Amino acid sequence: MSTPTTADQTGTGRLAELFARTRAEGRAALVGYLPAGYPDPATSRRLFAAMVEGGCDLVEVGLPFSDPVLDGPVIQAAAQTALAAGWHTRDVFDLVGSVTRAGGQAVVMTYFNPVLAYGADAFARDLAAVGGAGVITPDLIVDEADEWTAAAEAHGVAPIFLVAPSSPTERIARTTAATRGFLYAASVMGVTGGRDQVGAGAADLVARCRAVTDLPIGVGLGVRTAEQAAQIAGFADAVIVGSAFVQAAGPDGTDVEGVRRLATELARGVRAASA
Amino acid sequence: MNSAAPAGLSSPLPRHSEAIAGTAHDPDERGYFGRFGGRWLPEALVGALDEVAEAWRKARRDPSFLAELDRLARDYAGRPSPVWPADRLTAQVGGARILLKREDLNHTGSHKINNVLGQALLAQLMGKTRIIAETGAGQHGVATATAAALLGLDCTIYMGRVDTERQALNVARMRLLGAEVVSVATGSATLKDAINEAFRDWVATVDHTFYLFGTVGGPHPFPVIVRDLQRIIGLEARAQVLEQTGRLPDAVAACVGGGSNAIGIFHAFLDDPDVRLVGLEAGGDGVETGRHAATISGGSVGVLHGARSFLLQDADGQVIESHSISAGLDYPGVGPEHSHLADIRRAEYRPITDTQAMEALATLARTEGIIPAVESAHAVAGGIDLARELGPDGIVLINISGRGDKDMETAMRWFGLGEPDQHQDPPDGLPVPPAGTAEGEPAR
Repeated sequence: MSTPTTADQTGTGRLAELFARTRAEGRAALVGYLPAGYPDPATSRRLFAAMVEGGCDLVEVGLPFSDPVLDGPVIQAAAQTALAAGWHTRDVFDLVGSVTRAGGQAVVMTYFNPVLAYGADAFARDLAAVGGAGVITPDLIVDEADEWTAAAEAHGVAPIFLVAPSSPTERIARTTAATRGFLYAASVMGVTGGRDQVGAGAADLVARCRAVTDLPIGVGLGVRTAEQAAQIAGFADAVIVGSAFVQAAGPDGTDVEGVRRLATELARGVRAASA
Repeated sequence: MNSAAPAGLSSPLPRHSEAIAGTAHDPDERGYFGRFGGRWLPEALVGALDEVAEAWRKARRDPSFLAELDRLARDYAGRPSPVWPADRLTAQVGGARILLKREDLNHTGSHKINNVLGQALLAQLMGKTRIIAETGAGQHGVATATAAALLGLDCTIYMGRVDTERQALNVARMRLLGAEVVSVATGSATLKDAINEAFRDWVATVDHTFYLFGTVGGPHPFPVIVRDLQRIIGLEARAQVLEQTGRLPDAVAACVGGGSNAIGIFHAFLDDPDVRLVGLEAGGDGVETGRHAATISGGSVGVLHGARSFLLQDADGQVIESHSISAGLDYPGVGPEHSHLADIRRAEYRPITDTQAMEALATLARTEGIIPAVESAHAVAGGIDLARELGPDGIVLINISGRGDKDMETAMRWFGLGEPDQHQDPPDGLPVPPAGTAEGEPAR
């Protein structure tokens, strides 16, 4: 992978630039997740735009999947709504393009079977073409990822893998070696969804990751308030918020202002940690 | 019934422990059978899977574990199960000689107990205090709840809401046995969604919980553990058929949902190239209608529930809901070893429609006095077809993986058995009730 410079316009390069900027500002990045196509394609674009305008440094475009084993009930239900509204994998490129054309940065989060069905190389190629920076793959472990990392590398899209509190150091090292852009650290052993407390193990996991990699580290799963965001921003490079955005969009997914408000509040949170 | 002679006579049957010692057909280190298998699931579960794999590697060679497994298989589950020569069925079909492997006679009513006793013992050996499982028809759930009661383990069973409704009797059995049954309403609310929910539970509870997987699917090492624990079916049956007929069967038939009973009976014959291995998938309304669960016959390669294998999916890789009258076969995936056996053409897979399965269920009931599970009825239908294809000189071995008690509501609806004045026409070849018979039952 090429050394990140301002001239590196690959997805990996743009992520490096993003984290260089937030580090220079002495704060963590805010990453906001929503399922793509929820509740319908047009409203979904407005929700993602609101996350960017509200202060998300990066948006995570969740590709709806029929069998999301790492998601809790909130995201499951939203993904199912998107699928019922006629979602197709190719729609993700329009959505990512709408974010990047408006000056935002986007990564896709997807279970791996839709990528396999689309074709790993074609997926990376088409995502790169619309300015997508990377792909988070929650059910792809590094042991099974050779074909995907080769495709991602070929098109300059960052393959972003997850590590968990249960990951031994040896696996963290192998996972980080295959990861580009940033590393996704799951704060708790569990599925997505708001929790009152972020796992106490999150800081420990981040520390174990720092011992083996210089990659920026994002912490996700269970973050829903500005206070939690501030707490995580104290030890991580990015705070990742998902289910709370789905809830902020309201029961029918149309509360664009609610999403904007939450993004604004969380953006204050990631800045509060350094204050 | 000399075939079911207890171990210790002149030709003792293999013991359960002999089936799990490792085979020439084990997957590679990463859990691949050819291009199928592996681990396609979140990183958070890798540690737990490694722990299970390591515990299983040791248990396979642990004399006290193996002795306890043999004791439970014999004195608790009732192994060995007999092979029954189905002479009246054979006569009616008019083709090859049909033999039935009677896994329906095991404790809890199906082959599932073979797997569950071994894995529950493993969980205990690992110091886990709670087991969770998915279930479709409820057979694996009942077997798991049974083992949990026997070994004093907490137990939670995940079951799709559609299935808790159509298999209410098994829900009651599980609850009576002390298990918590969680009705899963997400997705298609069937077996695949129950598996999703069990994984979600496990990722949050791995420190004290063992996921007792019910079929030869899922991430490595589940396909090999379940396979090992079901191999006893074929090891016994091979010896029993040899003893009863003096030769090997020409074909072995078994139903395939996830595929555990089929792998169990196929495996002992893998190195007998003249024995055809035929898996019968749930054809539902017919593969051409799109409403079926015939994963190998009508699916394509992808990843689901931790394994790369055949599955039912649309062009976008979204998993398609399966359809079958049989809750136990109503699953859009299949175990990776079956996909491999299909790939290398060692086994063949055929769809059986709901109608064919229900006809075979009634035929077996009326010729042999054996009511099979609707799942196993798919194997009976396929076995009858094979018997006709092979002709009178052939021998067909059919795995009766479970008994049909749980399916009586389905049978009552299908055949109109609960209504005194009407019923469906009896299956082809069965005697038609004489005109004017007041009873709803056919005359014989």
